Amino acid sequence: MEMKPLTRVILGLVCLLVAIWLVAPTLVVVPMSFNGNKSLAFPPQGFSWQWYQNFVTNPEWSTSFLNSLKVASIVALLATVLGTLAAFGLDRMKARPASLLRMLMLTPMVVPGVVLAIGIYAVYLDAQLVGTLAGFVLAHTILALPFVLIAVSANLEVFDKRLETAAASVGAGALTTFRTVTLPLILPGILSGLLFAFATSFDEIIVSLFITNPYLRTLPVQIFSSITRDADPTVAAVGTILLCATTILIGGGMLLLGRERKGRL
Amino acid sequence: MNPRSDNRGAAIDLETVSKAYGAFKALDGVSLRIEPGEFMTLLGPSGSGKTTTLNVIAGFTDVTNGKLLVGGNSVVGVPAHKRNIGVVFQHYALFPHMTVGRNVAYPLTLRGFDQAKRKARVAEALDMVKMGDFAHRYPSELSGGQQQRVALARAIVFDPPLLLMDEPLGALDKKLREWLQLEIKRIHRELGTTFVYVTHDQEEALVLSDRIAVFNRGRIEQVGTGRQLYDEPATLFVGRFIGDSTVLRGEARHDGTSTALSIAGETVTAPRRIAGEANPVMLLRPEKLAICRPGSDAAGANRLSGTIAEAIYLGSGSKYDVKLADGSVAIVRSPLTGESFGLGEKVELCFDGTDAKLLADDSTADATLT
Repeated sequence: MEMKPLTRVILGLVCLLVAIWLVAPTLVVVPMSFNGNKSLAFPPQGFSWQWYQNFVTNPEWSTSFLNSLKVASIVALLATVLGTLAAFGLDRMKARPASLLRMLMLTPMVVPGVVLAIGIYAVYLDAQLVGTLAGFVLAHTILALPFVLIAVSANLEVFDKRLETAAASVGAGALTTFRTVTLPLILPGILSGLLFAFATSFDEIIVSLFITNPYLRTLPVQIFSSITRDADPTVAAVGTILLCATTILIGGGMLLLGRERKGRL
Repeated sequence: MNPRSDNRGAAIDLETVSKAYGAFKALDGVSLRIEPGEFMTLLGPSGSGKTTTLNVIAGFTDVTNGKLLVGGNSVVGVPAHKRNIGVVFQHYALFPHMTVGRNVAYPLTLRGFDQAKRKARVAEALDMVKMGDFAHRYPSELSGGQQQRVALARAIVFDPPLLLMDEPLGALDKKLREWLQLEIKRIHRELGTTFVYVTHDQEEALVLSDRIAVFNRGRIEQVGTGRQLYDEPATLFVGRFIGDSTVLRGEARHDGTSTALSIAGETVTAPRRIAGEANPVMLLRPEKLAICRPGSDAAGANRLSGTIAEAIYLGSGSKYDVKLADGSVAIVRSPLTGESFGLGEKVELCFDGTDAKLLADDSTADATLT
């Protein structure tokens, strides 16, 4: 269908507006991070790198960043392994119990974060897990598991199980079949699950606020307490760094996937 | 590929093999001996047990009862990946993340072949199926026929003494199917491997096989060459399933060694009788029947009056459907040199009693076929 020039222009403008509306709140952070004064006012005044410097040199910030990185990495690995195994188990189970179990495992996504946080906090007080690495990893893994489960299950759904029969017919045992046939074919699902799990843990705030203590703080907790205490533009600097990092990560991943697909077809 | 002299095919023995799913018997006491190097086709309608038999031999399905020997050794309980049997599936089942070359090399990698040997074997196998130029392509870049040839190469590359094929041409169009049938026949000849081939297409079975086992309802009805099954069907089901046929049913009367059927007031006789108490029917092949004008004194002692219901010109001859007085339809093939008849014409169906096969009636034979 041919579009009238005017229609085309209006459509373009509307799209642009929507795009700005979506991205603007994120982009506001970037100029703020170069603020010359210690203020979160917008538009910023002056220019300086000092907030970036503060992020790197101030142990409050750098330690919390490293803590988040550590927790998110362990959670990503743990949730991916557990979630993939769970997805496999559910995929090969009888339909009825499988769907019940699946719902159970997806509840952390549906239950309000605060409710979960209170529950976890209550248990952690007794178990003395508040402010510990193990405590963070456990809590975040509960939250990240559903994402892995969903991503891997979606991949398993389209995976042709008859390929496993074919592999067996030419002499591959169950483990070899998994390693050489099943795993490579569901790897996209596992990787996106891994990414989601990492992101879920890395920016988790609600549960983290409850189970944190002065000895172990993750980056979101640090940002939150910083911004409630004073107007420190370091928050904006951290935001900008994270924005760049995620853009590179996701963009790179998409580029890689695109190339792979092109090579195949 | 040079025929490897050491690679004689393996014999297969199924001894009263049964497979039950709950109350349903997928296989009900199947016994079959397949000779080394033989091309055996398992033929039957869907749900008749032919694919279950193949899966049992491949090791994808356990048997509930009975013995299964491959090359003289029992393989009951041996998992599929340890049986060293090649399998070709209807749905190709090529690994989509590997190139054609790696797909075919896969069985060799599992068996620890070094790279040089692997390369040579893969090239040999791909040449055999005429896919030598496609080693670097991915399966998604190939047509169905090409994918199936690659799947065949993957199944023979490790020199299995036995190759199983489960309706390998089922998803392909007619022309391609006919060409690949000849290719499969050639490969069987060159390899000397035992082939077990599952199909529901009786023409395909006739083209390919040394012998055919006809399956129905989890049992084997008859095993024999195509000619044996066509000329001497053991059961009504086999007679109906292989080739076109006309079945005459009527009130039976035994008269010494001959049988007479009375059909809507007319009587036909055949100089034989069947053993047992079952109701006899007569089965006639289209080329054994002739159409005569009423009152003419053409050959054939038996006559039945009917009407031409359909006349089809086939090029090499004509095919007629003749509706008989009792409502059943007879199929007649007549050479071009014969008389031709028009639709609705009153005619007589003539045949020699010795050409009629007398078989026990089996009402399930019709039900299973439709």
